[in-house]
Amino acid sequence: MKLIKVEHAYKIYKNGTTAVADLSVSIDKGEFVFVIGSTGSGKSTFIKMLYREEKPTKGSVIVGGIDVARLRNSKVYKLRRKLGVVFQDFKLLPKLTVYENVAFALETLGLPSDEIRPKVLRAIEAVGLKEKTRNLPSELSGGEQQRVAIARAIVNDPKLLICDEPTGNLDPDTSKGIMKILDKINKELGTTIIMATHDKDLVNQMKKRVLVIENGVLASDTKKGSYKVHESVKNSN
Amino acid sequence: MKALRILTRSIRDSFKSVFRNFSLSIASIACTTITLILVAISLFLSYNVQQVTKDLEHELTIVVYLNKDVTDEQKTEIENDLKTMENVDSYELKSKDEWKAEMKDEDESLENALDIFEENPLLDSIIVTVKDVKDLSETAEKLRKYDFVNSAEYGEGMVENVIGIFDAISFGTFAIVIALVLVTAFLISNTIKLTIFSRRTEIEIMRLVGASNTAIKLPFVFEGFILGVLGSILPILLSIYGYVFLYNQTGGYVFTQIITLVKPFPFVLFVCLCLVVIGSLVGMLGSWRAVRKYLKI
Ligand SMILES: Nc1ncnc2c1ncn2[C@@H]1O[C@H](COP(=O)(O)OP(=O)(O)OP(=O)(O)O)[C@@H](O)[C@H]1O
Ligand SMILES: [Mg+2]
Repeated sequence: MKLIKVEHAYKIYKNGTTAVADLSVSIDKGEFVFVIGSTGSGKSTFIKMLYREEKPTKGSVIVGGIDVARLRNSKVYKLRRKLGVVFQDFKLLPKLTVYENVAFALETLGLPSDEIRPKVLRAIEAVGLKEKTRNLPSELSGGEQQRVAIARAIVNDPKLLICDEPTGNLDPDTSKGIMKILDKINKELGTTIIMATHDKDLVNQMKKRVLVIENGVLASDTKKGSYKVHESVKNSN
Repeated sequence: MKALRILTRSIRDSFKSVFRNFSLSIASIACTTITLILVAISLFLSYNVQQVTKDLEHELTIVVYLNKDVTDEQKTEIENDLKTMENVDSYELKSKDEWKAEMKDEDESLENALDIFEENPLLDSIIVTVKDVKDLSETAEKLRKYDFVNSAEYGEGMVENVIGIFDAISFGTFAIVIALVLVTAFLISNTIKLTIFSRRTEIEIMRLVGASNTAIKLPFVFEGFILGVLGSILPILLSIYGYVFLYNQTGGYVFTQIITLVKPFPFVLFVCLCLVVIGSLVGMLGSWRAVRKYLKI
């Protein structure tokens, strides 16, 4: 079953920059996909189209059966409820505890508190932060903060988890820890994961599907790929 | 149920936000308070003026005194003319004997005085009620043209002047109130704008996790509503106590016996209702403007 189907998608920003051009790709349910490419190549733009932060200028982007290009602004929330997003900066609310930060996602959706509690605790446990539920973000390390963000992204059991350089601010060891958690979520919960990254080591270690984007164009798409693919593409240009 | 939870959450959030940006909220509340006090004053004024005007207008009659030797034909002639005159609402014949009887009723000493005369010294008259006060003098002038009309009298100028002044006062306060309402809405809108900026991350996360646009916007609209309602508390207390105090102090009469105040109840309650409604509407208007302008989702 295809979860994501992108066909001839273009994104041309208002200032005329073509960030993504004629990009076609499909991703199955349960896959783990890296998106790599040099800076400014259009990774974030591609990812933003998946959760409708940016509207494709041309072509079609279908995510979980929703036609993103045709989705009205007022209906974007329907798409967002099917997926979770994690960023390089963790986007946690500084005055809320770990528990409250994760619960926030469900509270704004109007879930009853007796449903919220078990879900939140399960998500916090999945990222290994059971001991820190009452801590504030300022009392956590960067890796721990990112794990809170992941817990918040998966708390509503999304089919898709989108990560834009989740390890961008973290040291290699911490990054590995985050990677392990994402891998576990992918394997145990069957969540489809798309992750944009610059981290060569991570990509090489994980042996997952790798999409290489160069100048907004999909340069290669390899199963069990590595960062070397990217390098060779770069050299051939 | 879900909608209810989102609603209570929104209300809770907006209360929190009112107290979090307390100094700003106070400024908005103060501005609302000042505006609403003026609204209250203008309501009290214009309603009372309306009552007074109505009372005065009720008195807006021209008394046409006919000559002593007026004939029945002449009376019929003027009556027929009155029927076709545009500004004449109604008229009523009042004979000298009726005048005499009325005067006697009002004052006993007059009775004796009038009885001194062998013949009734008063004149037959027609009491003409006009449609429009503004054309009063013109109508009177027309009536004076008849040879057999002795005089046509009315409150010459005084009435019109009083009404004119009252009209100007209520129009002036009304204009000030409109201006203040706009200023208040703008100030509240500014407060909400700052709230929106201070909660950028929260809004971003809400959008990210799939909160509906309504759920995101609601707390801000409520915040404006709360500011407006809080701003109306003081004006309401002032209205109730102030007006009742004024009424009791003056016994309901201002300056002269002519101008009487409207009874406090239920009038004051109506004014209070207006204040809450105007306050909350202005608040929501302000927050709606801020949401539309600064919360692009
Ligand atoms: N909002 C925007 N308006 C105009 N141009 C933009 C906008 N966002 C991105 N761009 C441009 O689009 C191109 C692709 O940007 P994008 O952020 O997708 O790159 P990226 O691959 O994520 O880069 P990085 O690895 O540095 O995060 C760049 O040239 C960038 O300058
Ligand atoms: Mg990027």
